[in-house]
This record gives sequence, structure tokens and C-alpha cells, in this order.
Amino acid sequence: MSDKKALTFSIMDGPFEQARIVTVLRMIDIAAKRGYKISVFAYEGAVSLPFAKQAQHPNAVHGNDLAEENHPLAKDWIAALMKTARDNGGELDWINCGLCVDERGMGDAIDGVRRGTPGDLWSCASESDNTLIVGTR
Amino acid sequence: MSDYLLIQSQDPFESSATLRDYELATDLASAGNKVTLFLVQNGTLAGRQGANNAALSALSAKGVDVLADDFSLRERGISEESLADGVKATSLETAFDQFAAGTKTIWL
Amino acid sequence: MKALQVISSAYRCTIEEQDDPAVWITHAMKGQGAELGVVLRGNAVCYSIEGQDASGISFGDWQQTNPPRLDRDIASLVDKGIDVYVIEEDARERGITSSAFMPGLKPITRAALAGLFAEYDQIWNW
Repeated sequence: MSDKKALTFSIMDGPFEQARIVTVLRMIDIAAKRGYKISVFAYEGAVSLPFAKQAQHPNAVHGNDLAEENHPLAKDWIAALMKTARDNGGELDWINCGLCVDERGMGDAIDGVRRGTPGDLWSCASESDNTLIVGTR
Repeated sequence: MSDYLLIQSQDPFESSATLRDYELATDLASAGNKVTLFLVQNGTLAGRQGANNAALSALSAKGVDVLADDFSLRERGISEESLADGVKATSLETAFDQFAAGTKTIWL
Repeated sequence: MKALQVISSAYRCTIEEQDDPAVWITHAMKGQGAELGVVLRGNAVCYSIEGQDASGISFGDWQQTNPPRLDRDIASLVDKGIDVYVIEEDARERGITSSAFMPGLKPITRAALAGLFAEYDQIWNW
């Protein structure tokens, strides 16, 4: 194992439903800024996080048009984390559970996302310094 | 003996399972392990002084290091000064460092 | 590397998935050579008893087949050589005594979890 840490995360939640994703992405942000090797196994609803067709909207309640609101999208967060990891000499390998993608019709993911199986979670975890499983409720 | 990091994202007001999580932290510490309970998201709600949080307050006396994510606290209007005894505010980086160092990490 | 799968959530999306995702992924990873143990905690202790029947769901003319069989899926973990523990107090709180557990399941107390955790490199809570 290299001197750069390797860490694996597994998440199960989609965007806009709960707070877990933000916390996990904050942890991944720390790892990306340190140039660590990061593996994410997106299981169940989490495969929708990097879905390419997510779109911003205006918010009349806030009185903001589309640009002013600048509504956050999980796919953009993930793209930014991938870039940050690369810029710092690391890597963010985002693996979407293939069966979970198919049943949700989430095949259109942003660049850098690949399909995988639970075997990928096990192999990433086995090769990592640590693993964090974030279940859903 | 091992080091354990329990990332507690749930609060005891909405979920009584959180009390079982506190028990788990105590049991791990009683077995001689070094245990950190890191409160995050609504898990931090139990850390406010004056909250009905006797079970959380008891943890530090039982050898569990209780920390709270400063962002989650700020998001909920909980200042560091208003934290219950035994609960310390810190950054997520503190928990991350433990995780990256290989501490057995359990998301609760 | 050995990981302990602590399954705490139950009956969440079992109808749609035709199984429990945490139980399913345990089977899938075991098939890839993973070294795993399982603890049923919280509501998931209810997976420890036989006789669970989720059949009969229909929406209009659409009939669901292959309903989830959580009892079968748990028993099959045992058949694959995975140690499956059930927290006795959590079961008792839900009106289930350890004598009702399916054969092969191992009752464990909450206090004994610390010792069990020590036997595994990582603890994965689902």
C-alpha cells in the first residue's frame, strides 16, 4: 500500500432526501484535498447522485431566478470532488451498483462514474486503509 | 483493545435506537477500548445544554470521548458555549483523521 | 480482512427489492469470497423467525410475484457458513424470545457485542 491513504465509502441514499449525503461528501472532500485514493460504492438510491440529467430550477419562494438561486446538484458536487482529487494527485473512483442503476433507470451518469457489483465494494474495502458504510433509514 | 469511532447521526428524541447506540459506546469503552462518539447532523441536538440528554451526558463519565461536528452545531444554532458538559465542538476533520488512521468506524 | 455486517434497518424497501438490500449484499459479497459475519440488531431481529409472508401484493391488474423471503434469506446465510447473531434484548423488546429463532442463529446480548466486534477488522452498520 502506498503512503497515500486509500479509503472506501458506501452510501445508499439519493439526493434531496436527508442529511447523510452532505456529511459523507464533506468527508470525501477532506480526502480529495489530501490526494487520497477514494472509492465510493453507490448502492441503491445513491446511484442517482451522479445522474447526468439533474437540473437546476428557480425558486419563487426565495425570489430568485435560476442563476440567482444556483440550486445545488449532487452530480456537480461529485464532479467537483473528482476534479479536486485529481488536482491533488489522488483519485475518486465512483462505482454505481449496476443492478441498482437498471432498476431506477439511472444509466445516464456523469463522466468518471462506472458500473460495478458488490464484489467491487469488497475488493475496494480489502485494498483500503478503512471503510465507512453509511446505511439508510 | 481497539479504537472505535461511532458517528452518531441520529438523536434520541426522534429515535429511541439512539439510546442503544449510546449503550454500545459505553459497552465498548467498558471493554477497555478507546471510544469516540462523534455527533453529527441531528445527532448534535442532544448536545445542547438543557436538553433532555442525561444518557449522553453520562457517556463522558464512562470513558467515552463525546465530540460534536461544528458545522452541524452552527446549522442548528447551537453555540459552543451552550453545549452540555462533556460535549466538545470540533471539526469533521477530527473524525475524518481517526477514520483515515484506521480506527474502527461505525456510522449510526 | 473480516467485516461484521450489523443490520439495523428492516422492512424498508423489501417489497420493491424482493429482499433486504443489506442481506442481499451480504450474500453477493460472500459469493465473491468475502469473510463476513452478521448481527441482526434493532428491528432487523425480526428477520430471525420463520413464517414471514409478503405475498399477495397487487396494484390494479398487476400482481407481484416472488415476494421477499427474509427468513429464507437469513437461513441461507447460515447455510453458507456465515455466523448470524441476533441481539436478545432487541428481540425480547419486540416480543420474540430466542427460542423462536430459526435453527443456526446465535443469540447474543448487547453487552457481548464489544467482544464480538473485537473479532472483526471492520464493523459495517447497514
